[in-house]
Amino acid sequence: MAVPTIVRERTPQIIVLAVILVLNAIISPGFFSIEIQNERLYGSLIDVLNRGAPVTLLAIGMTLVIATKGIDLSVGAVMAIVGAVAASLITSGYSLPATLAGALFVGLACGLWNGALVALLDIQPIIATLILMVAGRGIAQLITEGVILTFNDKPELIFVGSGSFLSLPMPVIIWIVVAILAILVVRRSALGLLIEAIGVNRRASTLSGVNSRVILLAVYAVSGLCAATAGVIAAADIKGADANNAGLWLEMDAILAVVIGGTSLLGGRFSLVGSLMGAMIIQSLNTGILLAGFPPEFNLIIKAAIILIILIVQSPASQAAMANVRANRQAVAIKSESREHAAR
Amino acid sequence: MRTLNLLAATAFATALSVSSAFALTVGFSQIGSESGWRAAETSVTKLEAQKRGIDLKFADAQQKQENQIKAVRSFIAQGVDAILIAPVVATGWDAVLKEAKEAEIPVILLDRTVDAPEDLYLTAVTSDTVFEGKVAGDWLVKEVGDKPCNIVELQGTTGSSPAINRKKGFDEAIAGHDNLKIIRSQTGDFTRTKGKEVMESFIKAEGGGKNICALYAHNDDMAVGAIQAIKEAGLKPGKDILVVSVDAVPDIFQAFVAGEANATVELTPNMAGPAFDALDAYLKDKKEPAKWIQTESKLYTPADDPQKVYDEKKGLGY
Amino acid sequence: MANAQPLLSVRGVSKAFLGVSALENVDFTLKAGEVHALLGENGAGKSTLIKIITGAYRRDEGEVLLDGTPIYPRDVVDAQKLGIGTVYQEVNLLTNLTVAENLFLGRQPKRFGLTDVREMNRRSRAILDTYGLSIDVTAPLANFSVAIQQVVAIARAVDISGKVLVLDEPTASLDAHEVEMLFAVVRQLRERGMGIIFISHFLDQVYEIADTITVLRNGRLIDTVPVAGLDRLKLVSMMLGRQLEADFKRTIDPNTAKAEPLVSLRGLGKRGNIDPLDLDIRQGEVVGIAGLLGSGRTETAQLVFGIERADSGTISVAGTPVNMSSPRRAISQGFAFCPEDRKTDGIVGDLSVRENIIFALQAQRGWMRPLSRSEQEALADRYIAALDIRTSDREKPIKFLSGGNQQKVLLARWLATNPRFLILDEPTRGIDVGAHAEIIRLIVDLCERGMALLVISSELGELVGYSSRIIVLRDRKMVSELTGDEISTEHIMKAIASHGATGEAA
Repeated sequence: MAVPTIVRERTPQIIVLAVILVLNAIISPGFFSIEIQNERLYGSLIDVLNRGAPVTLLAIGMTLVIATKGIDLSVGAVMAIVGAVAASLITSGYSLPATLAGALFVGLACGLWNGALVALLDIQPIIATLILMVAGRGIAQLITEGVILTFNDKPELIFVGSGSFLSLPMPVIIWIVVAILAILVVRRSALGLLIEAIGVNRRASTLSGVNSRVILLAVYAVSGLCAATAGVIAAADIKGADANNAGLWLEMDAILAVVIGGTSLLGGRFSLVGSLMGAMIIQSLNTGILLAGFPPEFNLIIKAAIILIILIVQSPASQAAMANVRANRQAVAIKSESREHAAR
Repeated sequence: MRTLNLLAATAFATALSVSSAFALTVGFSQIGSESGWRAAETSVTKLEAQKRGIDLKFADAQQKQENQIKAVRSFIAQGVDAILIAPVVATGWDAVLKEAKEAEIPVILLDRTVDAPEDLYLTAVTSDTVFEGKVAGDWLVKEVGDKPCNIVELQGTTGSSPAINRKKGFDEAIAGHDNLKIIRSQTGDFTRTKGKEVMESFIKAEGGGKNICALYAHNDDMAVGAIQAIKEAGLKPGKDILVVSVDAVPDIFQAFVAGEANATVELTPNMAGPAFDALDAYLKDKKEPAKWIQTESKLYTPADDPQKVYDEKKGLGY
Repeated sequence: MANAQPLLSVRGVSKAFLGVSALENVDFTLKAGEVHALLGENGAGKSTLIKIITGAYRRDEGEVLLDGTPIYPRDVVDAQKLGIGTVYQEVNLLTNLTVAENLFLGRQPKRFGLTDVREMNRRSRAILDTYGLSIDVTAPLANFSVAIQQVVAIARAVDISGKVLVLDEPTASLDAHEVEMLFAVVRQLRERGMGIIFISHFLDQVYEIADTITVLRNGRLIDTVPVAGLDRLKLVSMMLGRQLEADFKRTIDPNTAKAEPLVSLRGLGKRGNIDPLDLDIRQGEVVGIAGLLGSGRTETAQLVFGIERADSGTISVAGTPVNMSSPRRAISQGFAFCPEDRKTDGIVGDLSVRENIIFALQAQRGWMRPLSRSEQEALADRYIAALDIRTSDREKPIKFLSGGNQQKVLLARWLATNPRFLILDEPTRGIDVGAHAEIIRLIVDLCERGMALLVISSELGELVGYSSRIIVLRDRKMVSELTGDEISTEHIMKAIASHGATGEAA
């Protein structure tokens, strides 16, 4: 039977996701039930897709950045900045399109800032993006003046966070569209190849005529745009911009999603589909923990333990061991087969 | 000509010092402005000082203890009559408090206490977070009467003292009322996003929310997030699920107006009022105040003209 | 001094890495009060020998005697204690610490368990005084020039070790005046009776400072000879290996030399890399660049391909001046460049053979115009067949291919862009014999089909074989241009060996 390449390449992620979903269903019997309520799909699975939107969006940009051997620590802070910008624009009376354009523009500017530090000044990505990670939340607080900037009376912006379209919550629609766009652009053009090449060997790529600086600028800009989209969703979801908490620590979840998805932090080969699955694995885990009803003191321990197991299972050492076992089993099968033949 | 000027200047300076002898000068070292409540505390403190004719010297420490210590030393050097500190951390205050004591300047702690010998400060004005939980619990006990009621709880950040204490007080209040039971309790990190996400999972886990009679949230922000989750699940917050929380930030009063929340316990931003009163009594009548002054934990419900309270609170910089 | 006892003797030392021999049965004798130059091209075994002497490597066979006693240094620190100190080209001191701290790092004078700063500074001043250096020892080392840092490093090494001093390319980043200052220090140490091992690519400097020369080639000792009276040509032929076989030469169509040049360099140079030079390259012509390591060969190629920016001169392509500001610009002019260091500058290791072959063409087309998968496969298959690239699969990551096949993939990468001008830097280094011959045949073939080529190679016989013209570089200067019958290994070696006075206005 022919298995599609994408399935074969992502087998570990598919198995992990399936196991976690089944565990969730055991903990919470109604986990897989989906019903229509208020003309929208409603159920825990939908919650996973919906709540996973910010990390999924961040993971898309993060994957491209990591593929170039970089990292973007600032995405959580960019979410806070963009949320604050969106809230202050809409409360100052700007229309929804103007607000969204302004918010995305700010995210793009943040991304270009990071990209300029990395590509033009050759600052190490972890340091370059740390600057905005630290400063970003302060900038967001300046915009909101330290309070949660609410926009309860702006249904058009709230719709982005909690509205629905074709029975699906808006955040789900948005991340699926962004993901499809990203995958199409990266794989249908030569961008994916050039990004991977820069991650493997930036000098050789430049010497072969790749415009490495422009591509580096572009991936950080895309990461900024993805963070901006996530920031608007996060703010619209709670009808307010919370500069202190929006996107807090989400950069770590996004990096984790990329790693679980099978993209190496050393750069090079990357898989957007893998990262999306990584993000879904993390969110299924979060939702499962909430549904389980353990005392909250155990939340982080459980999460850390399960992620450790996933990473151990995916580690090159255990992959090699499993390949070994498989080979042995085949050898045994062949042997017993030949013995059967001999017996006849 | 020069002599005249000098004379005039001296006379002016004397006049100034005489006038300031009547009013008090108080230094206030604030942590920063990390939240709306903090901003409100600052503005209430300034208002209270103005009301009493106190000359308030304000210093923002931007979340750093070293800045606070610097500010206190400069207050001592300026010879203020008293110092208010909202300490950013509990430890490391002994030295600077001793300096203030040697200069015979009374120090009053606001909002939080410190790990230092009690004789180094005059008093501490704080809220009782255990009591806040108890007020919330008492309200719910009275509200539901004898009916059975399953409660879900949104805790604050795991391990933080307000989360521990507000849980403790609430548990104490509902103890002995077997019809009230906490069926789920999970942390929402004091944030709206997490409050909403966790409430969604509570609703899913409890038969679409039909088993839930009331929500107790350790702060209003989580309650505001949870109210959205309840609405999106097709239920009516405030009616299908009662909502009680702590803090009394302006946004919860908007929820009162909309009939979507039922009660909140105020964490008052007015720590300075009681502090100034105690200071006044101490300076005028040499009356030593108690080492701990507990602020009022006032219960608000939709019956308290929420729109008016909202407008007032908004004006404080929340 | 002529009858000085051996200070350090190396006898019959061998060393192999993973079965590949790096040093075979090498003898080396250093006398006290001697400056002994160690010469050889890349891979000759100089650095292996030095690392064995300084304890960085363990020898497989043979013995090292210091003052007649066998020594077995466990590591560099151990060797220092025994009396063997080393100073590298890149000063490995901590430039943010003071001069005195650098001199005494790890062995500060102590007083009551604390560093006695005053004593340390006093002793530092005393030490540097003996070198005629009076500088502020309490200032950070970074405040001083590389030459002074170099002297501080020497002073530290001498103070710790005191018997043998190894100077590994100490003059590479110094200007003429600074070199003189350094040599004064070296001479002074020689007077004091130290043994100094001096490694340099600059023959003029070797003639100026060294008493004795030892030449290594391919891990073997060629000879140890006194400098006095040593013929330069003989030295160069010792280093490069005299090609005794008669030079094979391609027959060259005399008409090509009359054609208009495709690429013209006029006064092209960059300070510290290569002095300004003029060069024309015509279509159907292979121009060879010969010279020792460090003579400016690769630097010239990097200027032409826009990797480094020239600070003087111009490049014209087909008569039009071009601002060669980046490899992209060069490629857009139809240039191509196979670098010397395949691993860091050439291959994209994790990507497949197919992706590596189409890479430069795709980069040239831009990301918006991708080659379809079938176009990529057709291109890859065509070049795998044409250049006989040995790979089990075009989707195999290139890092798993042998050096020769990687080189062919890189050639394919550039041929796929259909260039008019191809630069090859050491195209046959580290390649098995079969692939070697194929690459040479390809060079000739490309040239006959009208491409212009610029080839850098240390294999002089090979260069003589296919070049239409050869330019010779020495000490970052072009010293000779050989045409027609002048093209021979002998002439190349003479040009390399010619005394420094030729190019310099003395």
